[in-house]
Amino acid sequence: MNIWLVMLLGGLLTYGMRLSFIYLFGRFEVPVMVRRALRFVPPAVLSAIVFPELLMPSGTLDFSLGNRRLLAGAIAILVAAWTKNTLLTILAGMAALLILQFAL
Amino acid sequence: MHQTLKSFWAGVRAEFPLLVGVFPFGLIYGALALESGLSAAPAQMMSSIVFAGSSQFVAAQLVHDAAPGLVIVLTIAVINLRHMLYSASIAPYLEKLSPRWKTLLAYLLTDEAYAATIIHYENEGLTLTSHWFFLGAGFSLWFTWQVSSAFGIFLGTAIPTTWPLDFALPLTFIAMVMPVLKDYPVVAAALSAGAVALVANSLPFKLGLILAALAGIFIGTYLENRKSAKETL
Repeated sequence: MNIWLVMLLGGLLTYGMRLSFIYLFGRFEVPVMVRRALRFVPPAVLSAIVFPELLMPSGTLDFSLGNRRLLAGAIAILVAAWTKNTLLTILAGMAALLILQFAL
Repeated sequence: MHQTLKSFWAGVRAEFPLLVGVFPFGLIYGALALESGLSAAPAQMMSSIVFAGSSQFVAAQLVHDAAPGLVIVLTIAVINLRHMLYSASIAPYLEKLSPRWKTLLAYLLTDEAYAATIIHYENEGLTLTSHWFFLGAGFSLWFTWQVSSAFGIFLGTAIPTTWPLDFALPLTFIAMVMPVLKDYPVVAAALSAGAVALVANSLPFKLGLILAALAGIFIGTYLENRKSAKETL
């Protein structure tokens, strides 16, 4: 398959999913249970992306102190909890990883 | 200043810190796409046609592995399934908009634009110009993604592979998730989704991500139901 066709189909499917509920909403009654569940979408999806990035940087579980991404991530989590500042969180986590990687 | 413009800029400002994490991610995408054997034009165009970071990475990798086109298309779709959850979550706030606005904002519904916008909508409620906030957040993210991809393609192999630029993305997500963890059902949803993501990490096509997200949503909703049942007793 041509790469342009692949991108076009992939893009159309992605767009379709983005539009899906935005388009359908209001056309039928949304059950209370579903409304309630939607609040949990951001924390669930984001954590599902973050956990493996921190705990399985090379594909297997690594809880050791040698796992730099876990340490840097823990620092970022503390900074985020403390400051609630996105920019500071990213900078602190990045700085921590760079220091662990290059200085130690 | 006109109210619409005010809302637009408020969206841009809310998105700005997230852009700091997105920019390096776009750089690596551009560099990696070239490395995978894509030429500059499709590598750049993928950022506006597919416009979804992690699926673009995987697509580039699959091009490199000479995977069949259909497999690449389906993989992109599966990785982007989470956007359906975002769509459902933000839909009530967009209900009153014209079809044109819905069509446009749906295109801009990315992880980062969604995160900034849903937090704003949940905290501030809706106003007459709320959609401009979404447009500001979504457009600034779109613009940053195009520019950073272009830089990555342009710089290509000049970016040292030892720079852990990819770490900017999970950091952005940490910054987005921490302020949301306000009560125990939400914390439980986050922790259970994370745990399932670890266990299911080896599933193909990043299906573990969807499984984990659904598990977290289920646990959160279950605890919330139990909590509100107790409160009404």
